[in-house]
Parts: sequence; structure tokens; C-alpha cells
Amino acid sequence: MQKKVFSRPEGLLDVTTHYCAGCTHGTAHRLVAEALDHFGVRERAVGVAPAGCSVMMYKYFNCDTIEAAHGRALAVGTGIKRARPDLFVFTYQGDGDLASIGLCETMHAANRGESISVIYVNNAVYGMTGGQMAPTTLLCQRTTTTPAGRTVANEGFPLKMAELMANLEGVTYCERAAMYDVKQVRRARKAIFHAFEIQIQHNGFGFVELLSACPTNLKMPPAKAQKWVADEMVKTFPLGVFKDLPPGPSPAPSSAPAALAEEGTAHAV
Amino acid sequence: MADRGPKKLVKGNVALAEGAVQAGLRCYFGYPITPQNEVPEYLSGRLPQVGGIFLQAESELASINMVLGAVAAGVRAMTSSSSPGISLMQEGISFLAGDQLPAVIVNVMRCGPGLGGIKTTQGDYYQATRGGGHGDYRTIVLAPTTVQEMFDFAVLAFELADKYRNPVLILADAVIGQMAEGAYLVPDRPIVTVDKPYIVTGAQGRPPQNIRSMYLEGDDQEELNYVLQDKYRLIERDEVRYKTTQIDDAETVLVAFGTAARIALSAVREARKMGMKVGLFRPVTLWPFPTPQLRELSQRVNKFFDFELNLGQMVDDVRAAVVPGTRVEFYGRPAGGLPTPADVIQKLKEL
Repeated sequence: MQKKVFSRPEGLLDVTTHYCAGCTHGTAHRLVAEALDHFGVRERAVGVAPAGCSVMMYKYFNCDTIEAAHGRALAVGTGIKRARPDLFVFTYQGDGDLASIGLCETMHAANRGESISVIYVNNAVYGMTGGQMAPTTLLCQRTTTTPAGRTVANEGFPLKMAELMANLEGVTYCERAAMYDVKQVRRARKAIFHAFEIQIQHNGFGFVELLSACPTNLKMPPAKAQKWVADEMVKTFPLGVFKDLPPGPSPAPSSAPAALAEEGTAHAV
Repeated sequence: MADRGPKKLVKGNVALAEGAVQAGLRCYFGYPITPQNEVPEYLSGRLPQVGGIFLQAESELASINMVLGAVAAGVRAMTSSSSPGISLMQEGISFLAGDQLPAVIVNVMRCGPGLGGIKTTQGDYYQATRGGGHGDYRTIVLAPTTVQEMFDFAVLAFELADKYRNPVLILADAVIGQMAEGAYLVPDRPIVTVDKPYIVTGAQGRPPQNIRSMYLEGDDQEELNYVLQDKYRLIERDEVRYKTTQIDDAETVLVAFGTAARIALSAVREARKMGMKVGLFRPVTLWPFPTPQLRELSQRVNKFFDFELNLGQMVDDVRAAVVPGTRVEFYGRPAGGLPTPADVIQKLKEL
């Protein structure tokens, strides 16, 4: 008698992704899909995609998805969740999307304590546009727009989102994890599961930053890129739980707008 | 015609907000800017009464994208702002058009360019009628002239947005938004709603759905553009709205919208008393523009006088509409210098 011990989560479609060899988006996608399965929310989930490499995540996730303008994922997510509080809403965003062009939307959604789970993939570089500087590019790191390396004098410091989020009162849970080895992947999985739980059980804002490898734009073989995350990125972006409030009263509004169909004056055509 | 009860003395911005609620508005997102603040202020108290959501967003960028999220989840949603704020929303409006999502956007115009002032002006005609953001798209544009139309067009805007899965812009100005007039605050007919099978509310009992405007493979992006253009041709055919006053025997026809049309209407009445054969043609939909109707009128009338509270924007559409050889003159003042009916008559006499 054979027993199946490993299979594709229902939350993922059976397709090949467009991600580069050694890219950790695939790992992160799988962890999110496992969480969708675990909590049984796939059929009421809406994933908000960013502009960036994961803009095509609609091809990979077996749940409803919507594409947001660059940086606006948490505004779109807010609109969906406020309109339909019964839905499970997650955003999946890169560092450029969440921490640069969308920093305002990110901080305000967090500060309002929107009942949304945020998966924030930080790989210290712009992937889809071809390796330009990210808000999280390390000091001295060379990119196509910092050819001599990022300097404090010209570009300032790498932005530490997990630390920043932890200071906002609306945030229930905030952790930085990585995916460079099996142990870290397991921790990342646990973090994503907890962020989902925070939304499902407590209507809270959960934020998971995932240190990720972009071998193509780091111009490194996959294994070396993983090692770079472990050895270099972690120095600037320490791993750990930055905030995990005990369950309390929901900071998010619970009232749903009355469905239009329930209006006495409504007439379908 | 339904019984609309007694008229109430109400500000234009409030009439619009109440019309939106009665049309089924259940999610409003907006950021304060004069001269439209009565809209969010009113809705902040009114929407909770009907179980709706009012949220003051952190910016106009956030507002329009919150609207996008809410309509993608199937709820009637709206934002309102004034010119600079509407400029900030253009990316989001382009996304709504590309995603084929319904939404209502209200622009109570202020002066420009730049921060400008808050006086009555119509400087955003081009932006409103040419799409406004990036890409080859159009928004339906309704131009109210009275407080009653602020109410009625709010209802119409939601219906048109849902019918065509397209953003609808209500282009008002400071006078219409700020003044109080008697208006019926009950719709003149039942509200029309439609099914929305395209929304993203969870893949329960169906395959996953996706809302997007980016198509990287094959000719899909081009195909989307053809689909949109086909829809726009349909809207141009079926949704043109305009009003005329005393054009039957007119030798000169004034063309004006919004507050300019109010001034023009007074000018027509005064001019008629002086024996001048003048009429008024008022586009109600600025897009689709009443091009065929103006063209037909220009077979008979060969003098048109376009009057706007800017330095000449709609006049381009008037010139493009009329038959060759028709005389089209323009008079306008930008940035809050409001001409009087007497000023308009003086210009008519100078023709």
C-alpha cells in the first residue's frame, strides 16, 4: 500500500511558471497556496497582484485574483475587503511595489488595521524591469542604476519594512522570514499561516516579509544567490517576529454594505 | 413618472451624494478638496444609515484604487474630487477602463493649471472627454446644469457604468456644486441594476476569475483595444444626450454646457426679447459628444457661438461636428471670471 505524502496544493494550478531558475517566487507561491488549503479559504479568497514579476500570479493561483496598479495593491485590497468583509483578501507584493511607489498605501492600510494578509517579497532588486535599485537594495550593492554600488549619500538607506510596520498601531502581526534553506522555508510557512490566521480569526492586518533570491539580477548562480541572502541580506534585514499582538477586539470594521440586490428599488434587467 | 414628492432646497453637491446613495452607492472613498467637500461630508453620515462604507482615503491615488477594488467585488462605488485630485486619479481611471469595470467619478472642477483657485471654471473638458489617462480609452461624461441634474445624473451614472462596464465621469463646476436650488430627491423611475458575472468574489463553484488589463501574449492586448473601441461605438450610437432651447427658428445657436449653459440660457431669453433669433444647444453627454445632432442642425443654421468657462476646448468638437462652411465663433473666460448674460449678448451682437 502506497501513501501519498507530497502533492501539489489545491491552491496552485498545475502549470509551469515563468519565473527564472532559482527564483524563490515559486516557493513563496507554494507556501501561500498551502495556507489557502489549510484554512479552507481558497473559494472565498481574492489575491491582489502587484506590478512586478508576480503580476502574472493569476496564472498560478487557483483562486480569484486582480491586478493592481504599481504600488496600489493595498488600496485595491482595502476596496475589496470593505465591500465584501466575508472575502479573504491577500496581497502579494515586491519591494518596489510595496516599499517604494506604494509606501503610502502600505502604511495607511496597515495603520487602519485592514483585515488583509500581506505577503511582501523583498529581493533587494527590481526584477521585472531588469535589475535596477530597489528601496531595499543593500548599501554598496551594485544594480543597473547604482553601477558603483548604493551609497548613503546619494540613495539613502535600505528601507526596513518589517521594523516600520511593527511601529504602526493597526498592525496585528509582522514577521520577517527567509527561504534560503529548508529550515527558513518552514519558518516562512509558519509565518504565512499565522498571517492568514490573523485575518481569518481576528480581522487583523498580518504582514510577512520574505527575503528572496533573484539570481538573474544578482548575476549569481541560484545556490550563490541563496547564500547571498543568508550571508548579506540578513545582516541588514534581521529575521524574526517584530510584532504579534494577542487576539483582541478587531481593529477593522465588521459591517458589510447592504447588497444591492436587497434594495427594494432594485430591478434586474 | 414616479411621484417624486416635494422639492427640497439643497446644495448641488449634497443632491449628487443623495442621488448616488439612492442609486445604490454602498462604498465611497475620497480625499478632501474644495469645492466638492459637501459630497464626502454628507456621505460620511448618510452611508452608514444604509449599511454602506464611507472611508476617507489617504490620497486620491488610494481613493480611485479603493473604488477599483470595491467595484471588482461587485458593489456600486464612487469617488469625488476636484481638478488636481482628478489628475492624480487618471492612472486608476485608465485601469478601470482597461479592466472594464464600472465606477462613478465626480469632478467638481476648480481652476488650473496647477493648484489654481476654487472659482467656477471648465478647464477640464479635454481631460474628461479624451480619456484623461494613458491608453486609448474613453469615459462617459455627464455635464449637469442644475441641482436636479446633480441628483438625476448620479443615478444615471451608476446605470450607465454598470451597463457598459465603463467608468462614468460627472463633470460639474463650483457653481453647480455649491449653489442651492429646489430639487426632487427621489428618482423619477426604478433604479436599474445588472448581473455582474465578471467580479472577483471567490472561486466557489466555478474556475478562478481574474481582473486585469495587461496581456503579454499574442495579440490579446490589441484584441482588448478592439473590444473597447466596439463598445465606445455602441455608446456613441445609443447614449448621446443633449438639450435644446428655441433652436427651431434660430439664426445663431449658442453651444454651452454646465454653468456656462445657465448663463447662455439667460442670454437667449434676453436676446429673444430684443428680437434676436438665438437658440441654445446644450450637450449633456460631453462624451459621447452630440456630433451627429450638431451636424444635422448645421445643415440649417450656419452660425454657431460656442461659449465656455475656459479659453476654448469644446469648440474643437463643435467645429469638427458642423458641416464645412459653417461659421463657429468662440467666447470664453477662464479661471473664475464669470461673464454675465449681457456680456454674452454683447459678443453675439459683435458677430
